[in-house]
Amino acid sequence: MGWLEGRFEEGVITTTLEQAINWARESSMWPMTFGLACCAIEMMATGASRYDIDRFGAGAFRATPRQADLMIVAGTVNYKMASRVRRLYNQMPEPKFVIAMGACTCGGGPYYKYGYNVVKGVDLIVPVDVYVAGCPPRPEALLEGLMRIQDKVRAMKYLTKGQPLENLIPARSGYVKLPPELETPEKANEFAKRNKERAAPAKA
Amino acid sequence: MTAQEIVAILKERFGPRIKAEKLDAIDPYVVIEPADLVEVCRFLRDDPRLQFDMLNCISGVDYCEPDPAKAAKAGFEPHLEVVYHLSSFVKRHRFVVKLILPRWKDNKPGQLPEVPSVASIWRAADWHERETYDLVGVWFTGHPDLRRILLADDWEGHPLRKDYVFPLEYHGIRGR
Repeated sequence: MGWLEGRFEEGVITTTLEQAINWARESSMWPMTFGLACCAIEMMATGASRYDIDRFGAGAFRATPRQADLMIVAGTVNYKMASRVRRLYNQMPEPKFVIAMGACTCGGGPYYKYGYNVVKGVDLIVPVDVYVAGCPPRPEALLEGLMRIQDKVRAMKYLTKGQPLENLIPARSGYVKLPPELETPEKANEFAKRNKERAAPAKA
Repeated sequence: MTAQEIVAILKERFGPRIKAEKLDAIDPYVVIEPADLVEVCRFLRDDPRLQFDMLNCISGVDYCEPDPAKAAKAGFEPHLEVVYHLSSFVKRHRFVVKLILPRWKDNKPGQLPEVPSVASIWRAADWHERETYDLVGVWFTGHPDLRRILLADDWEGHPLRKDYVFPLEYHGIRGR
């Protein structure tokens, strides 16, 4: 039956609030304009009329992280850019998702061995939700990655069970310069929980 | 104008200060001392027979074999070269000037070898010299603003040196 609980007469349906919110969220994933190298050309092709990412509701490329839900890291990330990538990620509003597009962002790619200035995978800087392999990936591959993000959104239990916290710290991170309250995963989860309690509306 | 004629003009003007020449190369060149560089370049630009009004590129080359087993067969002593590719729009000819430098000044690792800047002669030299300094590690004295141009300001080392050691960590990001 999907997320539709019941359909009665013309134009009247019932569902849960959570599923309705997830449906709205997955159908309007706004990506950030974030092309760093050659993968960006492929990302633009995905946005253009032939592949048309707008069919999946993700065509509104935003020029600011504050309006974006999805960061498509398209291209080689070098050390000089790394701190900017992290800052842009931090500026995005929750819930936020990251697609690592292309071999360079997945793990360094062709620059793994001799690239003195290339970050060996963007997951050392920000937590990545979906990896899209390829050099560069075809537009279809990026669309597939977007659909996997949408699967993830559809399964979110934000209202009933709270936001999953295990992705707060980059998965294979060696990022040592974190503020003291985020040093260990336990402390970070504690910090996030405290923040959420503070932000929650007071119970009547 | 052919390379022979250019070298003849240079030899007539500078004599023994032209240290070496190679005319049968694809890009014929002369080798000069770093101390003479500014004077020679100004002459190359301003002499009415030469008129080298364009500096195509400045390259740093590191002649070094970091593997000691292969060093004996490498066929060169460890040294740096700085190569200036010049051309003239007016006269439609090209020429190359080379400098040979030690890898480190006074053989102390970390002391960059010094070369006078030609940014006062060709403005294009400004960024080329910054790039050579950034990646190969040549200090251009008299340059108006010698900063790193590609890498971050706090980068350590010069990555296109053959004995460069890759960083294991940069601001907390794992290097490998």
